[in-house]
Amino acid sequence: MSFLFDSFKAWKTYCEAKHRSLHQVVLDYEVSQKNAIEDQIWAGLFRAYTVMRDAVETGLREEMSSRSGMINNGAKKVFRHPVSVLSPEFQKLISRALAAKEVNSCMGRVVAAPTAGASGILPGTLYTLQEIHQLPDHKILEGMLVAAGIALIIEQKASLAGAVGGCQAETGSAAAMAAGAIVYCLDGDIDQVFNAVAITIQCMLGLVCDPVAGLVEVPCVVRNASAAAIANSSAQIALAGVGAVIPVDECIEAMGEIGASMESRYKETAMGGLAATLTGQEISKRVLIQDIELLPDENLPE
Amino acid sequence: MGTKSSIFDMIGPVMIGPSSSHTAGVVRIARAAIKILGGRPDSATITFYNSFARTYEGHGSDRAIIGGLLDFNTDDERIRTAFDFAAANGLQYTFKSVGNASIYHPNTIKLNLKKGDREIEVIGESLGGGVINIAAVDGFNANFSAQSHTLIIKADDISGAIAFISSVIAQEKTNIATMSVSRKGKNDLACHVIEMDSGIRETTIAYLRSLTWIKELIYIPDIDI
Repeated sequence: MSFLFDSFKAWKTYCEAKHRSLHQVVLDYEVSQKNAIEDQIWAGLFRAYTVMRDAVETGLREEMSSRSGMINNGAKKVFRHPVSVLSPEFQKLISRALAAKEVNSCMGRVVAAPTAGASGILPGTLYTLQEIHQLPDHKILEGMLVAAGIALIIEQKASLAGAVGGCQAETGSAAAMAAGAIVYCLDGDIDQVFNAVAITIQCMLGLVCDPVAGLVEVPCVVRNASAAAIANSSAQIALAGVGAVIPVDECIEAMGEIGASMESRYKETAMGGLAATLTGQEISKRVLIQDIELLPDENLPE
Repeated sequence: MGTKSSIFDMIGPVMIGPSSSHTAGVVRIARAAIKILGGRPDSATITFYNSFARTYEGHGSDRAIIGGLLDFNTDDERIRTAFDFAAANGLQYTFKSVGNASIYHPNTIKLNLKKGDREIEVIGESLGGGVINIAAVDGFNANFSAQSHTLIIKADDISGAIAFISSVIAQEKTNIATMSVSRKGKNDLACHVIEMDSGIRETTIAYLRSLTWIKELIYIPDIDI
């Protein structure tokens, strides 16, 4: 019987009892639950990582403007700007997260990780992590397994969907996955990995999903960049052995509770928040199709 | 939750953006429909309902549906320029929007497809995460996910038909995951929709097709291949 990813506490207990590392337990789960073959899992992870890297590079190289006009080559401008606010590495991190997410908004190929709306966060963080620390691909793939384990538990205890839990469920979960993967790849222990997840969730709690005109563009693209930054700040805190105080399982439960009580206008419906601002509504009028047939009540389709 | 998620649901799928319900799911509805049609259509009328009615253009669902009708997969980068490929392949298409069909799921698409003399109507729902439900085929309730192998059998409404069809499938040693039967009226045509865990042999399909009381049999293997 493999471990079923219902809580972080149990994941740690299982690792210690079986003398398995975090990533091996995720691998065992996929083999036993999905009848997968290990080689195929590694190949699938490598393909996903390749698509992530390609998305980063495509977004920094090719024309990236969306049909609505709200996305217009922002990542390239950030990447090439002569002033680095913190460091060239930070500038690259931000521009890469933007780049992969812009590819998503402009109908390019991405990995939903965990969702399409959050598809810039793991690419931006993992690409930059590998570059700075000169990690082999295989280490990054192990980190992705840990990230997948984190997402499996969040899916069980809360949600990964903006329509269910708001933006915290999408970019918050992706940031938590990224933070855990970073600490794992930098040889943090289990508690440090889980603290990185807990701290990230604490930073992302309450974020609503309020996309302008209902499109996956504003504020989704910039939130992928901020989520990548938060993943790194949480990893830096956790790797130093600073604790989250509230245990990771309880942080996830708080996220579920907040998501459940969030009003539906903040859950992907484009009825509240930024979507409901004057400018948001103007953009919505401009980009949404107005030529719509409305059926009289007696003439509903069969 | 009935089945456990795969790690490739957490890191995946690989797809064309921006949204799993507006692109990946839409491509899959079109792919299921061309399997039902038996190939790429010559012409298509595409109706977007409810939530899709206003947003399909902004989300690129129009290109996604055309890409799917051209047999592109959910991660095919040609989806972005699907209209160019449609023009090159002579695929004629029209889009319609209907805003308030309250009996339909919020993200519903109706496809009316023509290929030669053959015409079909498919109603599909995009449920999120790329998961779809084919709600109706040619006016019959269908309700299948197209995630596994599916048989659609239109047959005379005779007694024993359900038992007969399921016993033939049982000989194939495949498991029936779901089975639904609907009919337009008593002793009228009945539509059997059967989702199976694995495929069945060509000879079995040919045998079922040869029976006089079976009017039409459509076999839909895995739509993502």
